[in-house]
Amino acid sequence: MGDLLWILISAMLINNFTLALFLGLCPFMGVSARVGTALRMGAANIFVLVITSMTAWALNTYVLAAAPYLRLISFIVVIASLVQIVEMAIKKLSPTLFRELGIFLPLITTNCAILGLAIFQTNRGYGFLEGLFFAIGAGLGLTLALVLMASIREQSELATVPAVARGMGLVLIVAGSLSLAFMGFAGLFST
Amino acid sequence: MRATTPTHDLLRGIWEENPVLVQLLGLCPALAVTNTVANSLAMGLATFFVLVGSSLLVSTLKNVIPHEVRISAYILIIATFVTVADMVLAAVVPDIHKALGAFIALIVVNCMILGRQEAFASKRPVGRALLDAVGTGGGFIIALLMIGGIREILGYGSFLGFPLFGASYEPWIIMILPPGGFFTLGFILLAFGWRKSRKQEKPAVRDWPHGVGASTRRIA
Amino acid sequence: MTERSAPERQYTRSGKLLATLTVAGALAGLLLVVVNAWTEPRIQAHRAKVLKEAIEEVLGGPERYETLFLQEGELVATLPAGADSANLDRVYLGYDAGGRPVGFAIAGGEPGFQDVISLLFGFDPVNERISGMKVLESKETPGLGDKIEKDSAFVASFEGPAAPLVGVKQGRGSGDAHEVDMITGATISSRTVIDIINHRLEELEPYLRAYAEAGAP
Repeated sequence: MGDLLWILISAMLINNFTLALFLGLCPFMGVSARVGTALRMGAANIFVLVITSMTAWALNTYVLAAAPYLRLISFIVVIASLVQIVEMAIKKLSPTLFRELGIFLPLITTNCAILGLAIFQTNRGYGFLEGLFFAIGAGLGLTLALVLMASIREQSELATVPAVARGMGLVLIVAGSLSLAFMGFAGLFST
Repeated sequence: MRATTPTHDLLRGIWEENPVLVQLLGLCPALAVTNTVANSLAMGLATFFVLVGSSLLVSTLKNVIPHEVRISAYILIIATFVTVADMVLAAVVPDIHKALGAFIALIVVNCMILGRQEAFASKRPVGRALLDAVGTGGGFIIALLMIGGIREILGYGSFLGFPLFGASYEPWIIMILPPGGFFTLGFILLAFGWRKSRKQEKPAVRDWPHGVGASTRRIA
Repeated sequence: MTERSAPERQYTRSGKLLATLTVAGALAGLLLVVVNAWTEPRIQAHRAKVLKEAIEEVLGGPERYETLFLQEGELVATLPAGADSANLDRVYLGYDAGGRPVGFAIAGGEPGFQDVISLLFGFDPVNERISGMKVLESKETPGLGDKIEKDSAFVASFEGPAAPLVGVKQGRGSGDAHEVDMITGATISSRTVIDIINHRLEELEPYLRAYAEAGAP
């Protein structure tokens, strides 16, 4: 149980997917201007991450042992189909949520965090439960980073920012500061 | 679609519409593996190979691939090239392959590549698609080398492994850690923004009679 | 005429879509099989070379080594036919030029300060001493934690201490044979290295002892 907890906390805080591992930067830079949006994007990501983790584990265990070089192609095909299915499901089950998420859902496919999770999980040889905790931790970490960035950006809209810094330059420097802050979590789980 | 000259197709990806520095695509590899120049070069070349290869193939097959499944077909082509690049790197330069790690496989979700196929290679003849891919890929390599160069010089005090400053140099460790990646690209973009605002300033100052422009600039 | 051919055209399109993707998939698969056939032997050869070099480093240059798998409570050199070795725990037994066993090389990994530290260490069961340690993978902080592999004095301090290891801060040791000096400023990373060795030995000691006593062939 201690191992599983380490996996979750590590993916969420110590080796945060966005701020330490540089995964999921496209939504991080593009979406993070409103806290509400960031929360919803994060939730959608957690959902897709968890399902991807389980599917990747199944693929690895039952199908890919024979042909490991087909791994990347199968993963990306599965992820693309998964996002498509999730999109259709949300459209049917909750049209309001679908409208709110809008363009974000298809963007999840090219989100390197999803494929990155599948690959890291494979490389580290995680089992089913470990992969699940990994996905939950990663999703929570992603959401945390998105929400933090969105809050800061919302505040900075009210501040006077020099013209040269407006736009992506400032976002990246704020991201760097967040990343620096998160480095403080290292050693969280040591004796 | 505006007709563009071949030279323009080749050159615009290198600076004017640089995929990383202007369009902000492909940020994940641009920040993750650029802690040394060698890694930046390897990642740039691998992405270059995938981009050129898939652009050539997509452009050649553009009339054969049905419109409805084009995205899936592009992804399949890109994924195949990336797997090939991954295997070849692992076999030929295993140390660099270990340093780049999972990010080689993540080239497949680099929005830059899919973007070029969708916007250009699927609509233009093979020759033009090749020029566009070479230009964009070249721009990607240049951007990565810029970021990697700054991070390695400041973070290790070396360039391509060759020490530059001598033993007394205290390296800025932060540069090779994740925050360094964010800060480096952030400051590069700030520098671009500053240069752009200076360029826009100049015509206005030039209109003032000699001397008046100088004093207003000091106050501003 | 348009009415009649429209449904036909739709059917052809779906069929064509599926056919195109299948052909594309098949071609892609074929290309990958070919490239894999060329690269796989090289990749395996490199992996074996890295492992061999690590074993030689931690055991002090044995002539050769063999892999022992932990199967059903004991260490065996050859597995029964059809057994899958991929998921089994294993140790490496080194032999010197005269055919005598030199020691076991054991791999282990645990979370350190930043991420998992993975290492190989050598163990001499006769004298119960550690003969060497080599870090295989670590993402510890450059300049601080990464000294566990870059500080040659630290690495060398694993050639000869008695198991189980006790980590002590620099200058505070009492000269006991079990003690290993930890790196100042990287106590957590150093302690993880020591813990990995101690935990693995605790896990494997009964099997190692049983194998050594049974008399290596």
